[in-house]
Amino acid sequence: MNNTVIINILRFALLVLTQVLIFNNLNFLGFINPMVFVIFFYWYPIKGNRAIFMLTAFLLGLVIDIFSDNLALHALASVTVAYARPAVMRFCFGVNYDFQNFSFKNTTKVQRITFLAIIVLIHHLIFFSFEILSITHILLILKKVFATGIVTLILCILFSSLFSPKSE
Amino acid sequence: MQRIINFVLRYRNAFLYAFFAFIALVMTFRSHSYHQSKFFNSSRWVTGSIYGAGSDVSSYFNLQEENQRLTEENQRLRKILFNSQEDSIQPLDSTLAVYEVLNARLIKNSFTSPRNYITIDKGEEDGVHQDMGVITTDGILGIVENVSKNFATVQSVLNTKSNINAKIKGTEYFGSLVWDTKDYTEVQLIDIARLVPLVVGDTIVTGGMSSIFPENVPIGTIKKYDLNASKSFYNIDVELFSDMANIKNVYLIENKDKEEIQELEARTIE
Repeated sequence: MNNTVIINILRFALLVLTQVLIFNNLNFLGFINPMVFVIFFYWYPIKGNRAIFMLTAFLLGLVIDIFSDNLALHALASVTVAYARPAVMRFCFGVNYDFQNFSFKNTTKVQRITFLAIIVLIHHLIFFSFEILSITHILLILKKVFATGIVTLILCILFSSLFSPKSE
Repeated sequence: MQRIINFVLRYRNAFLYAFFAFIALVMTFRSHSYHQSKFFNSSRWVTGSIYGAGSDVSSYFNLQEENQRLTEENQRLRKILFNSQEDSIQPLDSTLAVYEVLNARLIKNSFTSPRNYITIDKGEEDGVHQDMGVITTDGILGIVENVSKNFATVQSVLNTKSNINAKIKGTEYFGSLVWDTKDYTEVQLIDIARLVPLVVGDTIVTGGMSSIFPENVPIGTIKKYDLNASKSFYNIDVELFSDMANIKNVYLIENKDKEEIQELEARTIE
């Protein structure tokens, strides 16, 4: 049990609580409930075991699903984000990512926002596609993905600058 | 054999992803076609208690508004009571009453997803059980789906799986109340024959065909109507009386004759 594990467990619990108690009840403009817990995948240590990361992502999604009574939609979206994260990081940060001493410190703000935006996009696209599960409602899906995605992104950027971890 | 093992080891993350995605997909498709999961839902102790604690804090913010609404309802009910003929009031013998009414408080509301479930703070210990009807001070809300010791989840009318018997007030033309997920202030009434005369603004109430809700519980008013694809039935948009985004106190209705009715129906089908 080292420091990172404890920090991530705390983060897990706090993000679940803020998500289900605050952001799930926001209903901004009648339908926008930003999914701020996605920032977990941004904050999670880069050089971790991928299997544990995916398991954590699955559990995080599942817990939020149980609270929101939409079983396994968040779990599916989260585990996909966790699986795709290394590829997304390589896309956003280029060859730097493959170096041993890579950290967010030596990346530009634009790179980090792109990274966050792609994570949010993947998550929301999967979540709303499977929630609605109908090709005829494709416009509704896209509307929800982009409207909710933009709000989530803005909140995630705010969160990431508010609670920027100094150790990483 | 060695090669197969090497192959699996090399792509172990992909396999793990496929495994998790498979579990999640099975759960997702189950939730699309079956009832809500019995074990993983927000009526459970942990989730219920957390929602309860959250709701204890947030309920203070609109206490006054809620009181106002309940007072208005009392006023309306008292008016009916005072204006009704004395002899039409049934004797207050509780064994004779067909419907039992409980009250509960919402601890989690939801109206933006296609399958909305609501959590309330009463459970088995308070006499709640599955398939009780739930109404608000203004109209219909949903049906109890899962019950734990102290909490229960309610399948809202704003749920693609919801299907409630409804009719046009004052007539016996009945249809099914469903939701097209588009707008949380509107539900759709289908299977009303095209011969039925309709007027925008007509009131829709629950029908007598279900053993869950009593007859004539208000639902909403007709907002607009048109014929469906086969041109033989109407699709009616019904504007709900209940403001689904702002509910705190609800009533649960239990039909004491329900078991007898269902038993009889089951026997008849056999």
